[in-house]
Amino acid sequence: MSSRVPLPGFALSLGYTLTFMSLIVFLPLAAIAWKSADLSWEQFVQTVSHPRALAAMRLTFSTALIAAAINIVLGLIVAWVLVRYEFPFKRWVDALIDLPFALPTAVAGLVYASLYMNDGWIGRFIVPMGIEIAYTPAAIVMVLVFTGFPFVVRAVQPVLEEIDTDLEEASAILGATRWQTFWMVLWPNLRPAVVTGFALALARGLGEYGSVIFVSSNLPGKTEVAPTLIVARIEENKFAEATALALVLLLSSFALLGLINVWEKWSRRHEA
Amino acid sequence: MKPDTSTAVQPRRQRAAQDPLWLRVLLTSMALAIVGILIFLPILHVFVHAFSEGPFSYFEHLFGDSANRDAILTTLSVAPRAVILNLVFGVSAAWLIARFRFPGRTLLLTMVDLPFAISPVVVGLALVLLYGNQGLLGPRLSSAGITVLFNTPALVLATTFVTLPFIVRELIPLMESVGPDEELAALSLGASGWQMFWLVTLPGLRLGLLYGIILCSARAVGEFGAVYVVSGRIAGRGQTIPLRVEQLFQQYQSPADFALASILTGIALASLFARRLLESASGPRKIPSATTSGDAA
Repeated sequence: MSSRVPLPGFALSLGYTLTFMSLIVFLPLAAIAWKSADLSWEQFVQTVSHPRALAAMRLTFSTALIAAAINIVLGLIVAWVLVRYEFPFKRWVDALIDLPFALPTAVAGLVYASLYMNDGWIGRFIVPMGIEIAYTPAAIVMVLVFTGFPFVVRAVQPVLEEIDTDLEEASAILGATRWQTFWMVLWPNLRPAVVTGFALALARGLGEYGSVIFVSSNLPGKTEVAPTLIVARIEENKFAEATALALVLLLSSFALLGLINVWEKWSRRHEA
Repeated sequence: MKPDTSTAVQPRRQRAAQDPLWLRVLLTSMALAIVGILIFLPILHVFVHAFSEGPFSYFEHLFGDSANRDAILTTLSVAPRAVILNLVFGVSAAWLIARFRFPGRTLLLTMVDLPFAISPVVVGLALVLLYGNQGLLGPRLSSAGITVLFNTPALVLATTFVTLPFIVRELIPLMESVGPDEELAALSLGASGWQMFWLVTLPGLRLGLLYGIILCSARAVGEFGAVYVVSGRIAGRGQTIPLRVEQLFQQYQSPADFALASILTGIALASLFARRLLESASGPRKIPSATTSGDAA
């Protein structure tokens, strides 16, 4: 394909695409830029370093990080089993992996809130053991594990499928244990996919709102995440403060996605 | 679903590079436990609780309440509009990105993915800053008699923003894999641009369109954060099904919130099922990646 191909519709599709994106995406984002221009640096720092904001940021970043890290372990196990082993209902299990992407976050929040309550299906077993999850930061981690679960599995699965088992065989013949083979032969191949899945799950977790408000008690300074605080500020008509917090979230997820791109390019260059 | 490359090397792998039985059993049970506790149990829970008072009161909970009926109608009016907007956009942007090379193309490809990177709550804030009373456009629009915020248009705009990438990301890799040969043939045989588009391009995209529409609809119906901010949550005006679920949860109306949630869960499951059907109809396919396609090839 080259630009010399005399296909019609370039001007029309360019015009329509750019107009649509401007109206739907760029114009609202411009409104955020416009509002943040109103914000002086001191105001920004003051808003973001307010104890309630700091606590919300800390909770958002720590729960999203922990959830994404848990998803690395869970995702690797599930991807490995789905690619390498045969078992009954495998296709159904594989299909269910995508459910967290398809299920509305409000439903996820509703169910997770109910499952871990004292009389919930899971809560009735673990609460007597002294594990209280409902309305604590642990509940936030749980729903973030749920919403981010497919990212690592779906990033790792195709890579694992393409890895030549001859490599593992050679490693085994040369005397490596299965664990050594995993760390020294498979892991370097899987790492880029794992990092991508981790970063996507993390980015998703930073912005998650729908499921979190159900399972958290949303107490300021304790169990309130940054998106919840942004909504609270909007409802108080404190738009400047909401915008300052939104900027922090926006910039962190952009930085994260930028980092994945750089990382993917770097690892592709090192493969070649 | 997976390309079966294992059969040829199976005998050798069994000797040298296969996991011992205990490890296979252990990992498989762990994987089943993970998917069971994380995903299967919650789905089961929704339906068991929704029907806990019998099928008659299930429908009573769903449709007996006028706020529920309004929420269902609102979702039915908002989601299709967002899907249609993104459908037309998706075809246009895919045609542009897959068929032409121009400066800024890679940037545009990145911009298409932008909504995935933005918290729904921030999308809601952006719309408030734009269309609110103190917003950039709000005062001008309201003096012209147009109310966007806390009204259906804001719900449509928020939903469209959040679901924008789904259809276009399905179409770009598909269009690139098909290539422009048939379209060029049609043109050289004297078809007009629109004839080529309706008779050659669109039929070739059939499965991708269907697939994209399913993904987009599932997400559009379930969108919460962005819609939560712009709806104002005034009962009966701009309350979608997910927002109503949250309200019922706050009011401790337990079987009723699960009844409404069961509709959303049913839609999510149906979308996964339809997707599997389409995949087996179109044969094994790689997971499309719009960000790398084209540049990598």
